[in-house]
Amino acid sequence: MSTTAQPGPVSIPAPRSSQRAGQRSNFELYSWLFMRISGVVLVFLVLGHLLIMNVLDGGVQRINFAFVAGRWSSPFWQVWDLMMLWLAMLHGTNGMRTIINDYAERDQTRFWLKMLLYVAAGFTILLGTLVIFTFDPNIG
Amino acid sequence: MSVGTLYRGGEGMWTWVLHRITGVSVFFFLLVHVLDTALVRVSPEAYDLVIASYKTPIVNLLEVGLVGAVLYHALNGLRVILVDFWSKGPRLQRQMTWAIGAVWVVLMLPGTFFMLKHTVENLFGSAA
Ligand code: HEM
Repeated sequence: MSTTAQPGPVSIPAPRSSQRAGQRSNFELYSWLFMRISGVVLVFLVLGHLLIMNVLDGGVQRINFAFVAGRWSSPFWQVWDLMMLWLAMLHGTNGMRTIINDYAERDQTRFWLKMLLYVAAGFTILLGTLVIFTFDPNIG
Repeated sequence: MSVGTLYRGGEGMWTWVLHRITGVSVFFFLLVHVLDTALVRVSPEAYDLVIASYKTPIVNLLEVGLVGAVLYHALNGLRVILVDFWSKGPRLQRQMTWAIGAVWVVLMLPGTFFMLKHTVENLFGSAA
């Protein structure tokens, strides 16, 4: 609780920036909405994943190559993992974009941090997708 | 501290700070986790070797932290969504904060038990 705030009405000062004027893109609105829709789906995908992998039936102790091969022999878990990969990466990357916008003050810093973020995210999504689609249980 | 600030201090700020910290931590873990899983494309041995590190006591403990962080982020995310979209959300947001705290504790108690069961049995030598 704030100890110095006086009782009485509180308000947010009017924005000083005139950025809204003439702005046509709704990108930030869709981004806000995407965080919420992907969040709801991720509750099932991610919490289900953690429950199965870490808690039930011996948890992480039973995981090895054969266990992965067994799961990915079923299209159900392939689709589950693929959706989880894409949604979590896009949700997380969009969240990181917001945070960079909040804390990076110089335009240059902001730009390069976001480039680093997008390259890392693109690489990870591509790699994960390839691994799911090209998995070979008889490798090695 | 300026007068008229709506959110500074108080549980509204701390739930947000925690949401942000857990979101960033889980994101970085996810980058690593896709990399370690990608080892299934290298060889069964390479994958099993890195997964073996997930089974050691210290990493096992970190996993409890990871699950706790994700669970908090998920529950608080749902609370934020309800505040935004549910007509009663803003009025009940404080009660919902206590509710997600309770749900978190209730799920983490048995969750922690099962996640650490094997490690504890191994370390303290009861039937493994
Ligand atoms: C499990 C279900 C999840 C739910 C319900 C959820 C919900 C949300 C919501 C609603 C927001 C937006 C908050 C706002 O606009 O104020 C958000 C932000 C965020 N989420 Fe998630 N999320 C989930 C999973 C994840 C995962 C798996 C990651 C990591 C890959 C993640 C990373 C982030 C990040 C980095 C932010 C930005 C935080 C900020 O701006 O302070 N979330 N989450």
